[in-house]
Amino acid sequence: MQTDIIIAGFGGQGVLFAGQLLAYAGLGEGKEVTWIPSYGPEMRGGTANCTVIIADEEIGSPMVRNPQAVIAMNRPSLDKYEPLMRPGGLLVVNASMVDRKVKRTDLRVVEVPANEIAESLGDKRMTNMVLLGSLIANLPIIQLTSIETALKEHLPERHHRLLPQNYQALAKGAELLAA
Amino acid sequence: MARELWKGNEAIAEAAVRAGCQAYFGYPITPQTELLEYMSRRMPELGRAFVQAESELGAVNMVYGAACTGVRVMSSSSSPGVSLMMEGISYIAGTEVPAVLVDVMRGGPGLGNIAPAQADYNQIVHGGGHGDYYPIVLAPASVQEAVDLTVLAFDLAEKYRSVTVVLLDGSLGQMMEPAEMPPMQPLKKEFPAWATRGAENRERRMLSSIYLNPPDQEVTNLRLLRRWKEVEANEVRFKTYYLEDAEYVVMGFGSAGRVALSAVRAARAEGIKVGLLRPITVSPFPVQAVDAAVRQCKAGLVVEMNAGQMLEDVLRVNNNRIPFEFFARMGGIVPFPDEILAEIRRLAQGKASLEGHPRDRWLERVAAQA
Repeated sequence: MQTDIIIAGFGGQGVLFAGQLLAYAGLGEGKEVTWIPSYGPEMRGGTANCTVIIADEEIGSPMVRNPQAVIAMNRPSLDKYEPLMRPGGLLVVNASMVDRKVKRTDLRVVEVPANEIAESLGDKRMTNMVLLGSLIANLPIIQLTSIETALKEHLPERHHRLLPQNYQALAKGAELLAA
Repeated sequence: MARELWKGNEAIAEAAVRAGCQAYFGYPITPQTELLEYMSRRMPELGRAFVQAESELGAVNMVYGAACTGVRVMSSSSSPGVSLMMEGISYIAGTEVPAVLVDVMRGGPGLGNIAPAQADYNQIVHGGGHGDYYPIVLAPASVQEAVDLTVLAFDLAEKYRSVTVVLLDGSLGQMMEPAEMPPMQPLKKEFPAWATRGAENRERRMLSSIYLNPPDQEVTNLRLLRRWKEVEANEVRFKTYYLEDAEYVVMGFGSAGRVALSAVRAARAEGIKVGLLRPITVSPFPVQAVDAAVRQCKAGLVVEMNAGQMLEDVLRVNNNRIPFEFFARMGGIVPFPDEILAEIRRLAQGKASLEGHPRDRWLERVAAQA
């Protein structure tokens, strides 16, 4: 059993950290995990993405052409990954940053106004947590509590006062289920 | 130790620290830089030597000097930087002192790019430096294996007074995976009889790669060759997957090998009896394992992220007994499993051939698709 997830967006949206949390959570549950970023001559505001694979056996290819699940944090990411997704896959879209509807009808889609939700909770930088919460609620391979544990263990100590807000962001996202 | 999530480059650095690496010399280059960066913090913290040299040439010669004192020493770089180190590697080999080098390969030739590739195989395995020498080359395919092989690299370098290279590609350097770190070994306190550490109250020792009298050089070369025969007899490592009942075999090292694993699983799900042989030591090459797979299987496939460099070593063992095919992505592109699966299906359809060279047939297939 293997689940592959791509998280994509602009640099600065917390794409890579959200992926790492997923990997830490998988590790915490005793699973095999691989996290691999796109890397290149990157710049702020450019595109960023990472692939996370969670499995119960030795992981082969660290990259996937046709992912089972995608978080698209902006329009270019949606345009890039929607056509590539495996039929029946889970597509979590940051509706705040995307000005079109999902075209494919063979996917499970969740449209999350993640920027607005994060702002209403006090900080737009938690957009990635809202989307991650929604992903986990719709893709029951990892417990939400494992994400919370990973966040607590890997957020620098000086930011720990922000933990309750981040838990709230995860929970808000988790309320949004695919149609 | 518990399993923790480590980035490949940093995991190798910490593994080297725990293996008792007392001195590190390097020069930054992507996609290897995190290794050097980690060492720049960690080594001084432990009171050990870290120097960012003025260039790769400086770094490798600092490694040479430190190696002569008998301590555990290492450098790391990526393809173009490793090219610059080749003169020093040959001198280290000729002087018979142990040193560890990590090459996190990127796209080339030339300046190329910073994406993952495996095109330094020939340079590293078949000797990019001059003269008759034989490096031990370890090719990890996961972060855990990179950790384990880094520790092993120090042990083997010392045991055989050899250059030992950990050879991986940029994707493995950049990825994060769970790994369990080895226990912290104490730094060496006893040094071999050849080590030059100051000659107070004893006879002077001399380490050099100069043998101006040719018969002396020949004796040295014979010693290197006999030592290499020992390495070949004792240090071959490889891993097989689904090979027990396989009718077809896929071979690939490092990342190409693990991508092939996904393809082999997918082919098995289609009922194709295919297995995988992944060399872990690419030098010494697992000749007997390749030979056994050739005896067992109807056809084979070699997958690499280069133009077929390991392929030639496989073909030498095969000696035209069974048909082999070849598949590669190059220049910084990592293959996807479905590309390899298509090649496995061709094998199962009996399309593998003994006519001509596998690389030429692959080139024809690439041209036909374009």
